[in-house]
Amino acid sequence: MSQAARQRSGNLPDINQRNADWYIDKLVQYLVFLSGISAIVLIVGIFVFVTIEGLGFLFEDFSFREFFLSPWWEPTDEDEPTYGILALMAGTASVTGLAMLVAIPFSLGSAIYVAEFASGKKREFLKVLIELLAAIPSVVWGFIGLSIMNPLIIDLFDVPVGLNILNAGIILGLMAAPIMTSISEDALKAVPDRYREAAEALGGTRWQVIYKTVLPAAKNGLLGGVLLGVGRGFGETMAVLMATGHAINIPGSVFDSVRALTATIAAELGETAVGSPHYQALFTIGIFLFSITFVINLSADLIVRGIRKS
Amino acid sequence: MSDTELIANPFLETDLNVSAKRTEKLFKILFMLMAGLLILPVLIILTTLVVKGGGMLSFDFLFTNPTNGMTEGGIFPALLGTVWLVGVALIISVPVGVAAAIYLSEYAADNWFTRSINLAIINLAGVPSIVHALFGVGAFVIFFGFGTSILAASMTLAVMTLPVVIVATRESLQAVPPAFREACWNMGATRWQTIRRVILPNSVSGILTGVILEVSRTTGETAPIMFTGAAFFIPVLPQSVFDQTMAMSLHLFVVSTQVPHVPEGLPYGVALVLIAMVLLMNSASIALRMYLRGKKKW
Amino acid sequence: MVSAAEAMTMASDNPDSKVKLQVRDVGIRYGSTTAISDINLEVMENEIFGIIGPANAGKTSFLKTINRMNDFDTSMSIDGEILFDGINIREVRNVYALRNRIGVVFPLPVGLPLTIYENVAFVPRLRGIRDRAELDVIVERCLTRAALWDEVKDRLDSLGSLLSGGQQQRLTIARALSQDPELLMLDEFSIAVDPVTTMRIEDVLKELKQEMTIILVTNLVQQARRLADRTAFFLDGQCVEIGATEDLFTGQVQDSRTTDYIEGRFG
Repeated sequence: MSQAARQRSGNLPDINQRNADWYIDKLVQYLVFLSGISAIVLIVGIFVFVTIEGLGFLFEDFSFREFFLSPWWEPTDEDEPTYGILALMAGTASVTGLAMLVAIPFSLGSAIYVAEFASGKKREFLKVLIELLAAIPSVVWGFIGLSIMNPLIIDLFDVPVGLNILNAGIILGLMAAPIMTSISEDALKAVPDRYREAAEALGGTRWQVIYKTVLPAAKNGLLGGVLLGVGRGFGETMAVLMATGHAINIPGSVFDSVRALTATIAAELGETAVGSPHYQALFTIGIFLFSITFVINLSADLIVRGIRKS
Repeated sequence: MSDTELIANPFLETDLNVSAKRTEKLFKILFMLMAGLLILPVLIILTTLVVKGGGMLSFDFLFTNPTNGMTEGGIFPALLGTVWLVGVALIISVPVGVAAAIYLSEYAADNWFTRSINLAIINLAGVPSIVHALFGVGAFVIFFGFGTSILAASMTLAVMTLPVVIVATRESLQAVPPAFREACWNMGATRWQTIRRVILPNSVSGILTGVILEVSRTTGETAPIMFTGAAFFIPVLPQSVFDQTMAMSLHLFVVSTQVPHVPEGLPYGVALVLIAMVLLMNSASIALRMYLRGKKKW
Repeated sequence: MVSAAEAMTMASDNPDSKVKLQVRDVGIRYGSTTAISDINLEVMENEIFGIIGPANAGKTSFLKTINRMNDFDTSMSIDGEILFDGINIREVRNVYALRNRIGVVFPLPVGLPLTIYENVAFVPRLRGIRDRAELDVIVERCLTRAALWDEVKDRLDSLGSLLSGGQQQRLTIARALSQDPELLMLDEFSIAVDPVTTMRIEDVLKELKQEMTIILVTNLVQQARRLADRTAFFLDGQCVEIGATEDLFTGQVQDSRTTDYIEGRFG
């Protein structure tokens, strides 16, 4: 039977003719590629734009010694402004450090419970609650620090001010815990069941199996989770701004008020003139924050991916 | 207990076994307590907000302007402003994010280039929100000349939440088995026809889950909008994307730290409305996800 | 002088018939592993061309090169050339149109996660048919030919991907038929289908021969005997022998391995 006699319906495309469908497909391919590289463009863009705005300061008033080693952040001093972020770094570090002390045991404990002990409905329920914990906005946490934690700390410890490292550290710990819990849980889940079965066959109890077999096998993933938590704490802004007391201070105890790098930008950017040294110095802090979190996220990713490979 | 006894009945419990079991139980309870202590604050916070802020809620509170230096009146401009900011951010980030996810799931080869895109996504999600704010100021407010406006603020929010959309969409695209793609290609469908007619229709609800999650995240963000488009107090409602606006998240910051003589209940009321918006959206996303998990399509 | 291999590839009984598909020196490699090598054969228009051989003989890989599905598999590299209606398939400007003209049924059935109706209307819709009545006719015709219509006619709007394995296989056949293909390639189509239905589909294939060219890869040698005009025997990535099916089954072979396989001594 010949070609012509064959009954065909619709437009049968010619194999040597590119039709509209062919060109649409090509076009879509280019469009999605452009969107696909948007993440790279944006991450480079963030670095470039923040650097451009901070450039004037870097070239003129910036002194490496003063910036990193001076505890005096006095950009508005009329005679001699100083731009030292040592106290701010101390503030960020102390709050993040305390937050990790709070978050690591709790998130690890919760992850072990969710991954190894809880089952069925109980696990689902816990996971949903932890997810909701992660959803509470930073500014609400800040408000909680201000209105609930502050009087509580004053009462409990008999201190004059409740906006301090302790307050912000606990809040930040609670904020970082959900992500750390879920990454740790993934890491524990990634340990193959045959490890557990082998250890159980040798007569270990559940806890012995977890302690001696599962935890060591999952340690990279757990470390990655901790690093991401550190990154979160480091970059957190509103909660830290509202709960630390926002006082420039190299702290001596957890009851001291401090000020964080992020909070400084948030509090001062609105009051500076665009292009002034103070404005540019705030962008320089931004470059510093960006670089540190970039390194933290990168290493967390490398560590977490390391376990997937092995 | 002698060895022979043990051999005769291996299921007999030795002292060692008993103490090990006790340790296990102890640890199980310890971990459960830890999980509980992590959850407890959510419950305390929610209860406190409801108890102290619940009295504020009324039709007037939601739908009138703040008055008397923001110490009285409602929150309507902030509520509406948040809707504007989130809406415009979604219009920007959803198409870009979904397209990016389509590229990563359907086109990208497994090579260094794709890996660097993935790395960029992870890093984009990890950049501190205040650095996003600085980027928004440098890029959208100043360089592109949008000024402090809804547009600049929403673009900053869009950049910030783009990873959420990309990751959620990519996951739901990859949940569609490869065999379906091959079946379509075999019939002469182009890649795009395959995506549009088979892959997207079967992952759209998963994408929706991600988008709702993004809405919830965007609603609560404060730092990125502080200097790019949200203002402490504006008596008029925004008319276009080039206007500034109030926002719920910033309003909570303002009434709880910047305004003197605010009655105690007011910030609680604002916080309650904000957290209700966020948690409702989040719960919707979770519920949708669970509903989908129970639904078998292949 | 005509070499033995070339002589074998020629269809001698009908001088008028046109060559539909010409395969010259085709080899397929996955990295450094060779899947098939030096395949030379011709498939005539309106014949059923059988390919038999044990597992791992490279039959499925071979089919994938014909509709250029290998494009999606970067680990696969192809030598030689394949001419479809005299056109080198590697040089066609619209590969989707090429695939559109070739219907394929692979052994693992894939019902798309669309309704049964939309599964079959998929290609017609791609070709721009919007008229519901016209689509209805196509859907009914294709499902009937694939021996599935009676079972699903009352639930055309349920999901194709939730049908049983055997039903999905017939749905896949119906979809291939909806392409009105010039060339239909079936790869062990009866694996998930019961014997009675297989027979019904075989009868349909004999009819379809009037309209299209069919390549039938099968692990059931008797199926090849029932259907194929000519048959090729693949073994370990080589094409051992091509001949009129009846000749192969009556012992008129060039290579004794063919008879050994047909008679079930290995494979």
